[in-house]
Amino acid sequence: MAAFWHNLKTTLRLLSHNKVGFVGFLFVIFFILLSFVGPYVVPLDRTTKLDQIYAPISLQHPLGTDFSGRDVLSHVVHGGRDVLTVAFLAGAISTVIAVVMGSVSALIGGKVDSGIMGLADVILTIPQFPLLIVLAGLLRFNNVLILAFILGILSWPSLSRAIRAQVLSLRERDFVEAARALDLGTGHIILREIMPNMASYLAVSLIFAMTAAVYAQVGLVFLGLVPLSGSNWGVMLQLAWTKGAIFYPKALPYILAPVMAIALFQLSLVFATRSLEEMFNPRLRTGV
Amino acid sequence: MASTITEARALAPAGVSIGSLLRKAARNYVLRRLAVAFIKVLIVVTLTFFLIRLMPTNPVEVYINELITQYGMSADEARNQAAALLAIDLDAPLSQQYFQYMVGLVQGNLGTSFRSKGTPVGAMIAQFLPWTLFSVGISLLISFALGMLLGMWSAYRRESVGDHVITTFSSIFSSIPNYLVGIMLVVLLGVQWKLLPITQMRGSMSPGMTPGFTLEFIKDIFFHAALPISTYVLTTIGSWTLAMKSSTIATLGEDYVTVAKARGLSEGRIITGYVGRNASLPLFTSLAISIGFIVGGSTLIEFIFVYQGVGQLLLNSITSRDYPVMQGIFLIITFTVILANLLAEFLYSRLDPRVRVAGGK
Repeated sequence: MAAFWHNLKTTLRLLSHNKVGFVGFLFVIFFILLSFVGPYVVPLDRTTKLDQIYAPISLQHPLGTDFSGRDVLSHVVHGGRDVLTVAFLAGAISTVIAVVMGSVSALIGGKVDSGIMGLADVILTIPQFPLLIVLAGLLRFNNVLILAFILGILSWPSLSRAIRAQVLSLRERDFVEAARALDLGTGHIILREIMPNMASYLAVSLIFAMTAAVYAQVGLVFLGLVPLSGSNWGVMLQLAWTKGAIFYPKALPYILAPVMAIALFQLSLVFATRSLEEMFNPRLRTGV
Repeated sequence: MASTITEARALAPAGVSIGSLLRKAARNYVLRRLAVAFIKVLIVVTLTFFLIRLMPTNPVEVYINELITQYGMSADEARNQAAALLAIDLDAPLSQQYFQYMVGLVQGNLGTSFRSKGTPVGAMIAQFLPWTLFSVGISLLISFALGMLLGMWSAYRRESVGDHVITTFSSIFSSIPNYLVGIMLVVLLGVQWKLLPITQMRGSMSPGMTPGFTLEFIKDIFFHAALPISTYVLTTIGSWTLAMKSSTIATLGEDYVTVAKARGLSEGRIITGYVGRNASLPLFTSLAISIGFIVGGSTLIEFIFVYQGVGQLLLNSITSRDYPVMQGIFLIITFTVILANLLAEFLYSRLDPRVRVAGGK
């Protein structure tokens, strides 16, 4: 137990070393709590109240109300879960594929290498967002899991190139040579010798893949191409656009709410990478 | 008999020279690159051709639905009108349609639109593409040039207040999705503060304006492109600034800069000739790559500002399932991406003598 607390304290100290990164990290935790615990505390307001359309900010409605008089705050609280889930899943899927493809490509080489890199090249050449629009029509992303999966399998190529390059340079290092001389096996070499050296890079890449997934999914929902129902920050944005709330001066809090939620979540992810970099890379730490 | 032997002798040297020519061509770096690029275009065209036709609801169904819901026609009436208007043979086997399309493509024919009947896709793209190239191209130049200046400035004034302000703004604006910035520009400048006539600024030029090299026309197109350009610049300038800053800081530590200082060269000459030149090298490669995203990355922004560019055309063609138009836009985008990547590669070996690629010798 004591060891656990000590470890936790060390981790926190490392995280808080970079002030901006720590603030970003706290905000990420805040958004996770808001989206996954919040819905149990704040009930979703579904009742239409015609006398309260675009009500100003008040104690009862801290973020005002929307085009049918529903409480905006409750929709912000309930609208994060899908966005965060898709972002995390898509990021994780693309990072895993990238790691497998990149390291296999670098370690096996030859035909496999040129095959994988050729595939990556072709995927990179197809315009991503337009392709997503076509796929959205094709697959009807009414399920967040399908959406996350598609986003994941489209965004691994550039990361896998970078990982291939890193593995190529790492495998020439002495400690990998030593492991190979000891005949420790390819699995051991990849997981135990090479991956730990790329941990910070992978963590940062995962987060950037998440921000890209947020961009793409909210963009698709905003264009009305993903028939996601229920509350979702992207759906809020799309409704604000199609219901004309954008052009209604009193509706400012209603529009600002999803915009700020998405923008702040993106920002906190990007800022959190700074702390992660320092935590995983002892060379960047100073005076800890 | 004798004649065949002489023929064979006469052919032999020619055969060798063709073989060696082919071998030379295979070894030639530029030619190899071009061949790979050509194969890539072919794969992407084929993939998108079948993907697009796999989409549920075909153009005829979409059109029938539109007639029924918008004009209150009966189902039969709508079907007849759709059949008359859209003379599309969607029943032909896919392989045959694909073959026809590829034959047309080789002849430089992108097909004709289903919806705007008889309009060649090439003409439609030629009408919409210039606006996208104009708005995104101008913003790319502005944010590249400004980003380089700001990046160098903050690298020289490291840890000053100005540097902190620039760096913070850069990282904030480069992480917020560009369409959110676009929406906020509409909401704040157009609706809340009423600084801009947002509805008049829609479209790519005012109705009744005749294109030409007149001050009036130029003023008008900038008036309509002002918001898209501001959005692109705001959201991309940050990454140029940050990239230039780190590149400049890395260059400042190089030995040749120290030597140049020791030789007593003027500060201005060091900045432009030694630091700036070398620090901006990697940025030029990224600039070439970003040119490829000019066409593909504009859909959302053009949707928000109702700007008549190729992104808007793509969106319209997707909702009406206008296959040839979609296909044509995909082809154009793929083409620009591949061209831009080739440009980036050649530019890099041209600008930096240290990176003369192996095959370039």
